[in-house]
Amino acid sequence: MSEPLLSVEGLVVDYQLPRGQLRRALDDVSFNVLAGQTVGLVGESGSGKSTIARAIVGLAPITAGTVTLGGGAAAAPRQSVQMVFQDPYSSLDPTKTIGYSVAEPLRVHHGRELGAQEVRARTEQMLESVGIQASAAKLYPAQFSGGQRQRIAIARALIVKPKLVICDEALSALDLSVQAQIINLLVQLRETHGISYLFISHDLSVVEMLCDEVVVLYRGRIAETGPARAVSNRPRHPYTRGLVAAVPEIDPVARAASRATRERLRKPVAPAPPLEDSCQYRHRCVFATEQCEQSRPALRLTDGPTLVACHRYEEVARDLDEKAESEIPAMTPQS
Amino acid sequence: MSVATPAVLENEADAAASVSAVAPKGILRTIVTSKRGASALVYLVLIFLACELAGVLTSGGPNVQNLLAVNQGPSIHHLLGTDELGRDLLTRILYGGRSSLVGIAEALGALLIISIPLGVIAGYVGGLTDRIITRGADLVMSIPVIIILLAVLAIFGHSMTTAMIAFGVLGSAGVTRVVRSAALAARSEAFIDAAKVIGVRRTDIIFRHVLPQCRGVIVVQAALFAAIALGVQTGLTFLSLGPAPPAPTWGGMVADAVSQFYVAPWQLVPSGVVIALTVIAFGVLGDVVRDAIADSHSAGVAGGRHRVRRRPDSPRAGAAPEGALLAATGLSVAVGADSAQTFLIKEVSLHVGFGEALGIVGESGSGKSITMKAIAGLLPAGVAVTEGAVWFEGTELTTGGADAYRSVRGRGVSIVTQEPMRALDPSYRVGRLLADLVRSLDGCTRAQARECAIELLGRVQILDPEDVAQRYPHEISGGMAQRVAIAMALAGKPRLLIADEPTTALDVTVQAEILDLLRRLQQDTGMALILVSHDLGVVSEICDRVCVMYAGEVVEVAQASELFDQPMHPYTRALMSANPGSWQGGQLSTIPGMVPSPQDWPVGCHFAPRCGYATDACVREPIILRQVTATDQARCVRAEVLSAELSRTPTEVRQ
Amino acid sequence: MRGGRRDRVPGFWLMRIVGFRAITAIPLILLVSFIIFALESLVPGNPAETILGQNATPQNVAALDRQLGLNKPLLVGFWNWLDGVLHGHLGTSVISGESVGTLLSARLPVTLSLVVLSVIVSAIVGTALGLASARRGGWVGRLLDVVSLTGLALPSFWVGTMLVAVFAVKIRIFPATGYEAFGQSPTGWIVHLILPVAALSLLGVASVAKQSRDAILSALEADYIAMLRGNGMSEREIMFKHVLRNAAMPIVTVLGVVAIGTLGGTVFVESVFVLPGLGSLATQSTVDHDLPVILGIGLYFTIIVVVINLLVDITYGLLNPRAKTT
Repeated sequence: MSEPLLSVEGLVVDYQLPRGQLRRALDDVSFNVLAGQTVGLVGESGSGKSTIARAIVGLAPITAGTVTLGGGAAAAPRQSVQMVFQDPYSSLDPTKTIGYSVAEPLRVHHGRELGAQEVRARTEQMLESVGIQASAAKLYPAQFSGGQRQRIAIARALIVKPKLVICDEALSALDLSVQAQIINLLVQLRETHGISYLFISHDLSVVEMLCDEVVVLYRGRIAETGPARAVSNRPRHPYTRGLVAAVPEIDPVARAASRATRERLRKPVAPAPPLEDSCQYRHRCVFATEQCEQSRPALRLTDGPTLVACHRYEEVARDLDEKAESEIPAMTPQS
Repeated sequence: MSVATPAVLENEADAAASVSAVAPKGILRTIVTSKRGASALVYLVLIFLACELAGVLTSGGPNVQNLLAVNQGPSIHHLLGTDELGRDLLTRILYGGRSSLVGIAEALGALLIISIPLGVIAGYVGGLTDRIITRGADLVMSIPVIIILLAVLAIFGHSMTTAMIAFGVLGSAGVTRVVRSAALAARSEAFIDAAKVIGVRRTDIIFRHVLPQCRGVIVVQAALFAAIALGVQTGLTFLSLGPAPPAPTWGGMVADAVSQFYVAPWQLVPSGVVIALTVIAFGVLGDVVRDAIADSHSAGVAGGRHRVRRRPDSPRAGAAPEGALLAATGLSVAVGADSAQTFLIKEVSLHVGFGEALGIVGESGSGKSITMKAIAGLLPAGVAVTEGAVWFEGTELTTGGADAYRSVRGRGVSIVTQEPMRALDPSYRVGRLLADLVRSLDGCTRAQARECAIELLGRVQILDPEDVAQRYPHEISGGMAQRVAIAMALAGKPRLLIADEPTTALDVTVQAEILDLLRRLQQDTGMALILVSHDLGVVSEICDRVCVMYAGEVVEVAQASELFDQPMHPYTRALMSANPGSWQGGQLSTIPGMVPSPQDWPVGCHFAPRCGYATDACVREPIILRQVTATDQARCVRAEVLSAELSRTPTEVRQ
Repeated sequence: MRGGRRDRVPGFWLMRIVGFRAITAIPLILLVSFIIFALESLVPGNPAETILGQNATPQNVAALDRQLGLNKPLLVGFWNWLDGVLHGHLGTSVISGESVGTLLSARLPVTLSLVVLSVIVSAIVGTALGLASARRGGWVGRLLDVVSLTGLALPSFWVGTMLVAVFAVKIRIFPATGYEAFGQSPTGWIVHLILPVAALSLLGVASVAKQSRDAILSALEADYIAMLRGNGMSEREIMFKHVLRNAAMPIVTVLGVVAIGTLGGTVFVESVFVLPGLGSLATQSTVDHDLPVILGIGLYFTIIVVVINLLVDITYGLLNPRAKTT
């Protein structure tokens, strides 16, 4: 575990808007993915989580910062990093058979050394390993369900034996029962192929289950990062707290606690001010002070194993945790 | 001659929106397998061959005169009659067709050579290249084409070839824009990103992935352009601006016929018909391909023109269940004509009491949305209630026609749809939209309605209602739009609010806010609520009772607390343990296989093929929804046995 | 992106649209006339002689040469012509020697009457047919299919001829040919234009009907219509305030295309009905190889197209809130 497989350092991505304006989609984001590790990227739409993935694979322009591949991945970056996309209906070319689509990376990277026979054999083998019959290779994407297409997309990503697979919301278009099948497949492939995942999702419970580490993003900046369990069980940043408390709970006790937290964090919706040198969350944060307005909080170590970008996380923790402990037993679900 | 177009072309986006849809089937097969397409294609091939083989098929040339047989009608010697010089009309049509078809080919060639590369490059490369090409195309599209054609004919001594090539060049601007839109749409598809990530070279991406997506629109545009080109070619020859007489042309034949009109009106028919048929054939080819693209794009419920009818022998399901505000009894909904009916939901019975919150949960394909639409009387065209009834406060709605629904909408039952950004009419300011609805419900004055609208916006906890009322829907966020939609649903002070997946399109934090809002509103007003969702957690946040649907059927109805504690139906239990939120380590429980589509529903229990507990009794005959405990119902013959067994092994489902 | 300060000035969007169209009109006019000049320069030998053909008199050849500078370099000739246009001189007809400006101005009202009436007919009849078939389907839908098929398939010159045959020759209720100015006799004007407008607007009616049916059907399927209906708005209000309002954009788009197509169609229809408009003049000038006149008509047509596009843009601005704010 010496050299990280993927190292993102001070990544900044600006998108060009019409009329020459710029929108900062990512602002000084740094994190590592170690070999064999699964790292989750969490945040709401517009938080920049997909932009990170796109910047890593070269689909988004990097304004500043670096993306470094290491640990054997550097030699053949195009082959070492593969991606599974969100929408299983648009990620496969509808005019090509799935055999063609799955074999395409193999042909691009090893077309010369491998014969057509070998390419076909490996394609069929790969399809079988994700639970699709080899004989289906000559069918078109339209003939498969969403879940099956996502299996095919995974097969395409894995056929060139990548070191890192980026899953960009790869589960969010799927129904619960199908989603569970794909999660198990991803876990199983991680074990058999020894790959790392960069797992992008808006669903904290999936991330908690699949990931070792998690990076929470808000408006293009990291709000909090650390071991997945620690972040979702003991969130420190007010935004992460809100995010955790927003997850619908079936269990009545947990539900009451979440509601109480939400109630305490609730603030009238205000339009987002420019980012600049201030906390990106201040307009939605009930704890915001002058300081949050005037300086941008740096990521710093907390009392736990996580890093948080909040000037006031100690006070926030004292306030929220004490009150929660004193009040939850008295809460009724109706309030 | 619709070659010039205004700057903003909405249709263009439509034309290209559904890239590639025909692809797997192939364009030629799409044409051949449709009756209209096949006949058009056969006609075009025949007319082409006939014109090419004119010398063989007819005796004598097009200019052989027979002054003894002038202005004749159809006869055995002259199948289509003769003209004022006794020339055979059939012969002249076949020879004249050559110049028309050649003209079309020249125009099409020029059109495609220019528009395909330019369009694909503009759409795929984008940026400055795109702006230059698009601006240029806009400019060329505003050129009055006909004048340029006349100038060409004036300058080049009536050379039809030059004119038709010029026509193709000028027409290419419009087609370039359409191809560009198709390429642009293709570029935003994830499979293009996937190809880039894989490392496919740019030229390969263009030729292997982008161009095939544009095939459909190119064929459509080419066919429509051919029809227009034929119109122009015959028009110009009609004005005798083409080949000099006596050379035969279709337009020239119309002109000749006009001069003989008083003597032999018949002569207008052959040339008119052949022009019309050829134009129609091209038009039909384009239409068939375009329809195929559009169909596969919106491949949802294809009810089309068939009228679905209520079964004459269907029981009207007796009387309204007592104590329920709204109840559906034995409700079935189907699509398709009588002979080929497919049920989308089958015998759904559920009810919601005064002030109660009922959740309806199911995966896609469960029929939960169709159930809601049927209850609200908002089924799409071609889909209809075939059996059963919907009762609201004792009145049956499904057989009462439009009036029955009109009387309860807004004041009795109101709705909130899934996609907040599409729920508000984009043409009106939010305040105006609400005020109009209030006026429509109350008949109050404009000023009162406005005031009422502001008040409603305040009730859905919008901070600055006056400001939001002044905005257009595209100027507010998704969460805000959903609040406005809820305000619309509250306008008539309804006794029941139906919300169909109201938070699916929203971020988790916004979802929580909307759910909190709905819960508070429901408690404050005492209205009943039906909340449809695919997410058990969302439903558990609000609902008193939960109804679980699977493959068009209600499989379990229970008090929320009991359902989540002790589900009776194996599907409910499997769904709960497939939820990552309830994961306890190890493999996540899954449900093997997938939800069957309506035509594949089994005879017995719809879940039996995927159920680890299925026995012979489950597959023999339809299973009914039955009362299992005092408050709860399940559609499972083994419900009691299983709940006892399952309560001992809470997280595992036998495979 | 909202919020530029200028966007809040009422009517700013209107000025912007008019300004944009005015600016694009200049390169457009240059392009159209330059294309014609460039084509002339492609003619080998002595262009004027070749273009006018063997029957031309030396005076005709000299006139053409002088006006278009055919024996000079392309750009010089083009500049000379342009210079004249800027000073209000469109040149003179090579054949008759008349001033092109006077010639065209006398004929413009005929063509404008024809185009404006045809577009109005296309808009009203087309939208009505589209609305009827979208609401009722059934036989109205099939009627619409037939109308649009014939409208699209039969060339206007053929339809015109048939109309003359039936209504002017057989039944004799309308004059077959000719024109009367509106100023002279409004009834004469309308009576003379009925058949030509019918022939010319058939294609437009068909296109508008098809487009409006599709637009209305897709507007009817929109979520916001379900929201309004499900929450108690009256059907009448939904239809007129929301469905038609949102279907209007694509209808206006197709109307713009129809208007430009109709302008081109006048070339054929004016010849059939012997109307003294720009279209029939264009045909005659083509037969005569009278290029100064064709150039002048090109200029007029281009300006009319620019105006049509401008009207479409303004209508968009009125219909679509986004066009104003972005």
